[in-house]
Amino acid sequence: MTDELKKKDEVNRRQFFLKLGLGSLGIAAAGTAAFAYQYLDPNVLYEPSPVVNAGKPDRYPLDSVTLDVNSGIYIIHSQEGYFSLSAVCTHLGCLTTWKPELGIIACPCHGSKFSVSDQGKVRAGDKIEGPAPKPLPWKRIWLNDDGDLLVDRSTDVPPTARDSFVRV
Amino acid sequence: MAKTVDQYFDDLRGTRVWRSIFRSGTGSSTLKRALAIQQNVFLHLFSTKVRTRMLSFSATWYLGTLTLGTFLILVATGIPLMFYYHPSVPQAYADTKDLQFVVSSGLFLRNLHRWSAHAMVLLVFAHMFKVFYRGAYRTPREFNWVIGVILLLITLLLSYTGYLLPWDQLAYWAITVGSNIASAVPVMGEKIHFLLLGGNAVNANALLRFYVLHCMLLPLAAIFFVAIHFWRIRKDGGLYSHSSEPATVRAVAGAKEVR
Repeated sequence: MTDELKKKDEVNRRQFFLKLGLGSLGIAAAGTAAFAYQYLDPNVLYEPSPVVNAGKPDRYPLDSVTLDVNSGIYIIHSQEGYFSLSAVCTHLGCLTTWKPELGIIACPCHGSKFSVSDQGKVRAGDKIEGPAPKPLPWKRIWLNDDGDLLVDRSTDVPPTARDSFVRV
Repeated sequence: MAKTVDQYFDDLRGTRVWRSIFRSGTGSSTLKRALAIQQNVFLHLFSTKVRTRMLSFSATWYLGTLTLGTFLILVATGIPLMFYYHPSVPQAYADTKDLQFVVSSGLFLRNLHRWSAHAMVLLVFAHMFKVFYRGAYRTPREFNWVIGVILLLITLLLSYTGYLLPWDQLAYWAITVGSNIASAVPVMGEKIHFLLLGGNAVNANALLRFYVLHCMLLPLAAIFFVAIHFWRIRKDGGLYSHSSEPATVRAVAGAKEVR
């Protein structure tokens, strides 16, 4: 083996260990990042159930809009039946409120207004004005065996869906 | 003959204990004074010499120093507040009310913390405007400007995380709105929102996360970057002065050559 080759060999060994060291550190750093992400991402949430019991349908008179502040949903009894809209503004998540004198849903934070009934092109839940980018979503609603209205807040349904209305 | 106060201090500085802590020694020669700065762990961040003109009010309006002052007040008032505050849903609001109405001097500490927080945000912006309009962000100080922007973000995050802690309606809805803004980030917005709050809504997890960020992570990050910020002032040739600008130096040199 010539001196030149030997020299080259030594440099290669050093580079090998350098790469090995940096590679190990890189893997360790990536592993730490992955563990940190998993640790900070909760596996169990002690949040209220997304399914809300809204009570007996006769609590809600015809043509009424009722806000449940604690669960953040409206129960609306229209001519076609009972349906539920989310009360959480689609703009930045404030709780909207029903304005009986104006016949609309309004958000106190940035002034979005929503319809509660179908008027021409406007469907119930659609934005009338304001910064909200999307209509208030309809929530899945059904009757349980005891005759109580149940609403699943985690499931959005299109207004035309079978489980968007309860007819009693 | 009775000793003067200065002589007592000189005696103190001559003691073995004092000399074991401060090695620069007594005396007010330029060397001794320079060593006093250079050999102190806190003061060595700063220049050993500063132009008198740079210490005048008009040079900086003392905005950076005032910002540090509000930060120190916030640390000094925030730590006592932590002794009475539990970051939990049933207790947070009640503890805040106790601090306001029951704890001795609690009202004073809480108000001082609140007003200093507002003042700090104001002073950070004023400091940045002053630096910007003087052109003090230019070479060789670009990196210190970047550190300054990081410190601005840390200040705003401290302000934001502290907002939730009273756990009243204002806090709750402000954080609901603010965290929903994070959801607007493309692709990973919802995930950022979830990780920030530790859940889907502002709740017990969010309160605890904001508390830890507000009292531990963000202050430590602020101290870390403030240290770099101060050290860079020295490394970048001291506080900004118009007369040391390369253009000014060239213009002065040019004028001399013509003469």
